[in-house]
Amino acid sequence: MNTPSSASPAAGCLRIPPALEAAVAERIARYPQPRGAALMVLHALQDHFGFLSNEAIEWAAARLGVQPMQVLELATFYPMFRQEPPGRFHFKICRTLSCALAGSLALHARLCDRLGLDPASHGPQTTADGRFTVELVECLASCHTAPVLFCNQTFCEKATPEQVDRMIEECRSAPPEADGS
Amino acid sequence: MPNMIQERRIILEHLDRAGYTPDLGCYRRHGGYATFERCLALEPAATPEGQTLSGPEQIRLEVRRSGLRGRGGAGFPCGVKWSFVNLDSDRPIYLICNADESEPGTFKDRQIIHKDPHQLIEGILIAAYANRVHQAFIYIRGEFIEGARILDRALDEARGAGLLGRDILGRGYDLEICVHRGAGAYICGEETGLIESLEGRRPYPRIKPPYYPAVLGLYQCPTIVNNVETLCAVKHVAAMGGNEYAKLGVPGDPGTRIVCVSGQVRRPGYFEIEIGKATLGQLIHDLAGGLHPGRSLKAVIPGGSSAKVLRAGEKYKLKFARPDGKEIEREAALLDLPYDSASLAAAGSMCGSGAIVVLDDSASAVEALANIAEFYAHESCGQCTPCREGSLWMHKILQRILRRQGRPADVDNLERIAHNIPGGRTVCAFGEACSWPVQSFVAKFGDEFRQMTAPPP
Repeated sequence: MNTPSSASPAAGCLRIPPALEAAVAERIARYPQPRGAALMVLHALQDHFGFLSNEAIEWAAARLGVQPMQVLELATFYPMFRQEPPGRFHFKICRTLSCALAGSLALHARLCDRLGLDPASHGPQTTADGRFTVELVECLASCHTAPVLFCNQTFCEKATPEQVDRMIEECRSAPPEADGS
Repeated sequence: MPNMIQERRIILEHLDRAGYTPDLGCYRRHGGYATFERCLALEPAATPEGQTLSGPEQIRLEVRRSGLRGRGGAGFPCGVKWSFVNLDSDRPIYLICNADESEPGTFKDRQIIHKDPHQLIEGILIAAYANRVHQAFIYIRGEFIEGARILDRALDEARGAGLLGRDILGRGYDLEICVHRGAGAYICGEETGLIESLEGRRPYPRIKPPYYPAVLGLYQCPTIVNNVETLCAVKHVAAMGGNEYAKLGVPGDPGTRIVCVSGQVRRPGYFEIEIGKATLGQLIHDLAGGLHPGRSLKAVIPGGSSAKVLRAGEKYKLKFARPDGKEIEREAALLDLPYDSASLAAAGSMCGSGAIVVLDDSASAVEALANIAEFYAHESCGQCTPCREGSLWMHKILQRILRRQGRPADVDNLERIAHNIPGGRTVCAFGEACSWPVQSFVAKFGDEFRQMTAPPP
C-alpha cells in the first residue's frame, strides 16, 4: 500500500521537510518489512514536531503501509509517545525503587511545587503557560547515580533539590530561540 | 582487610580506565576485533570423533562447552538456546541483541553501550557469524537516546573499516546491524514482546509453544535473542575457549557477571565478579561500600525488582559438593550467600538480571513494595487478564494501605492475588515478575503490613 500523503486531506496539512522525509525513507529501508520501522518513524516525527498529531500518525501509516489505527495503537501504548504538545521544558523524573530511596519523589514534589503543579499526580502535567511539563517515569537504568531525571534530552544524575531549583531558573531565563535543547 | 573481595573484570576490563574512549581506534589498540578476525579465519577442523567442524560450528561448540548462561534475567544456557536454531532452514536467521535494559535496579548494559560499544558489536559479529545470521538488530530502550547515537556512530566506524556490510574483511561474510529504539515499555524486554515490537506491533508477548524465537521468531523466522552482556561474554568465550571460560565461576554457572548494586549503600555501582566467588555481603560491604553510617540491614532484593526479597537474619540451607563428590548441606546467613544461581535459588530467590537493591532499617517494606507494584501495574501490557487486573489491584491496595485507608483483609487480599496471577495463567513471565515481590514482601514483612491496616484502637 503506497498511498501518497496528499491522498488524505488531514495529512495534507502536515509539513514534512525533505530532510525528515529522507530520514524516514532511510529508516524504513533498513527493515525487512516497512512496518518494522514504525517506532523509529514515530520517534523521528515526535522529535521534529514535539508530539504525534493525528496527521502525523496518518502520514506515518501511509509510509509504513498500514492503517492509521495500527499506528495509533502504538502511539497510545508506548509511554514515550505523546499526542499533545509537551511544555518547552520537559522534566522526566525516575520514580522507581532506587531513585525513590534516594529522594526522587521529593524532587518531583519540589518541581511541582515551584511550578504550581499537583505533586500527587504522577502522569504528565503542563503549566498553563505551556513552558514546563513534569512527569514521573519508570526506571531509567541508572540506579547507581540515583536520583536521576531528564530535562528534555539532558540527563541529570545524582540530582539535588538545589540543582532542580537552578534548572528551573535556567529554563525560565532561556531565550526564546534556544528552544528544545 | 585480608579477605576483601576483588572484582574480576573481563567484560569491564578497559572501559573505566583513564583515556579509554568508545571509538574504533581505541578498541583496536586494546586488541579489539582480533577475536572476530580469528573466528572468521577458522579453517574446518577435525574432532577426535572423526567429524569435521566448520568455523561457525567450532564457535558454537565453544559456547556450548563454556556453559555460559544468559545474563538478561532468565539465565538460560546460551549454547543450548543457539542449538534450537535450524541452521539448514531456507529462511533467514535473525539475531537480536536485547538492549532494552529496564528491570529496576539494572544498569550494566548502559555502561557497555556508552563506554565500550565495539565490544558489543564484536560479540554480535561473532554470534551472528556462528549462526549464519546476515541481519542483526540491537533493540535499545528508547530512553537510551545517547546510547543509540553512540551505537550508530560505532556501527558507522565498523562499516567504514570493513567489519560490517558486504564481504566482511574480504572473507565473503555479510552482516548488517540495525539499531532499533524502543519507546519506554518494559515488556519489550520479554523476548517475544520484543519481536512483536520490532515488527511494528504492540509488544504483546507470544505464547510458547509454538513461538519459541529460535523456531518462530522475527517474521516467523528462526531468531536468536541475547542480552548485551551475554553477547560480550560470547566474545570472551571465543577468545579464551569454552573450557577455559568454564573454569571461571562455579559449575553450572560459569564465567563472570556484572552485578549492579544500588539502593541504600554508600558506593552504589556495577561490579564484575567471578560468579559464586563473592557473597552478597562482600558485594554490599567490600565493593559497594556498605551501609550508611548508623544503619543496619533490613532486606536485599538480589536479582532485580522481580526477584523475591531476602530479609536480614534469614538462614538458608545450601548444598555444597565436597572434593570427594559427596554433597553436604550447610546453613548460610543472607550475607554469606554466594552470588550464583544455585545459591540464590536455594534461598528462594534468583540472580535474575544481576541487580541487587539494598534496603536499610530506615526503609519501609510497605513503601518499597508499593513502589515496585506501581512499576508493574504501569508496565503490564494488558494482554492477559490475571496480570492486567491483578497488577493493578495490588497497586491500588498498596496505595490505599500507604494512605492509611487499608482494610484488615488487605494483607490476605494481596497474598491471594499474588498467588493467582502466576503459574501458567499468563502468556509470559511478567505474571511471575509482578507477583514474586508481593508474595515475598508480604510473607516476610507481614507485621508491617498488618500494622498499617489495623483498625484504629
